[in-house]
Amino acid sequence: MSDTLTYVYAIARDVGTVSGLRGVGGGPVRTLEIDGVTAVVSDVDRGEFEERALEERLEDLEWLAATARAHHHVVDTVGRDHLVAPLALATVYFDDDRVRSVLAEGRETFAAVLDRLAGRAEWGIKVYARGRRSAPAEEDRPRSGAEYLRARRKALRDTDSALDDAREAAGQVDDAVTALAAATRAHRLQDAQLSGETDPMVLNQAYLLPVERVDELRALVASYADHPRIRVELTGPWVPYSFAQAAQGAS
Amino acid sequence: MTGPGSGELEPRATTLFGDEEVALVDLLDRLLAGGVVLAGDLTISLAGVDLVRISLRALITSISPVERPGTLAARAERADRELEAGDG
Repeated sequence: MSDTLTYVYAIARDVGTVSGLRGVGGGPVRTLEIDGVTAVVSDVDRGEFEERALEERLEDLEWLAATARAHHHVVDTVGRDHLVAPLALATVYFDDDRVRSVLAEGRETFAAVLDRLAGRAEWGIKVYARGRRSAPAEEDRPRSGAEYLRARRKALRDTDSALDDAREAAGQVDDAVTALAAATRAHRLQDAQLSGETDPMVLNQAYLLPVERVDELRALVASYADHPRIRVELTGPWVPYSFAQAAQGAS
Repeated sequence: MTGPGSGELEPRATTLFGDEEVALVDLLDRLLAGGVVLAGDLTISLAGVDLVRISLRALITSISPVERPGTLAARAERADRELEAGDG
């Protein structure tokens, strides 16, 4: 039994050979091709990816982060110049022959996925409610406990209503970008502690956008720059992680 | 792919692992819930969302052992109760 496994980063088209690129665990990235469909792969240490070890490691944030970064680096680098369909994190096979047989079996499916992604890139839009930091001034300091609580209740209600307004405005952004996009996909709203933002997130959406519409997208996002209720953040272009599922059509 | 003259439109490098090009949390959103899903030879259940939560919960716990304040509505309700108690 070999002490390495073959880690698959992406299915791609017309890649040829890859040189100088390092993957998960530092191994050199190479390609396997069958009938015009290419798998972008590298060898990884078997012990690190044994079944039980893998499940435990995926809960180890440091390992997860390093692996995600390495995976992204490979997919993003190859994806700059080639059509790629990224694979889910940590897809491993016993050896290259197993990967070749998976390529051969799934040839038509992979071709269809790649066709759908051709000429398109993924963009992310995150919308935050703008914080209104209306801390009471010193002279407005409440004179009693009840007055303080009344003021605090009002402040909380105002914040809730600001959030509703922000969600509505975010919905308009979503509608406008969806009109430009070939497909959309919702991601979880990120907790403020994870996003590193103090303002609450009200929209976290991915869009599969034809490359020729990127200027329209940028102009649209720019038009919200001074919006009083929301702040719109654009990320991308991403390799189309959110739209590479074989079974999933445009949603 | 640079925008028409507005620096603000450039993708931002942010947050937890801020020196990196892409925010880890954005990347994990995509890598764990996206991508072509193939049954590898070592099958593990990448129940995407749960997995992110498990890992990121560990992170939150490690960086911020602060009690979560609850939703705004819950806080408003609590303030109401305190107000009534204060008035009574």
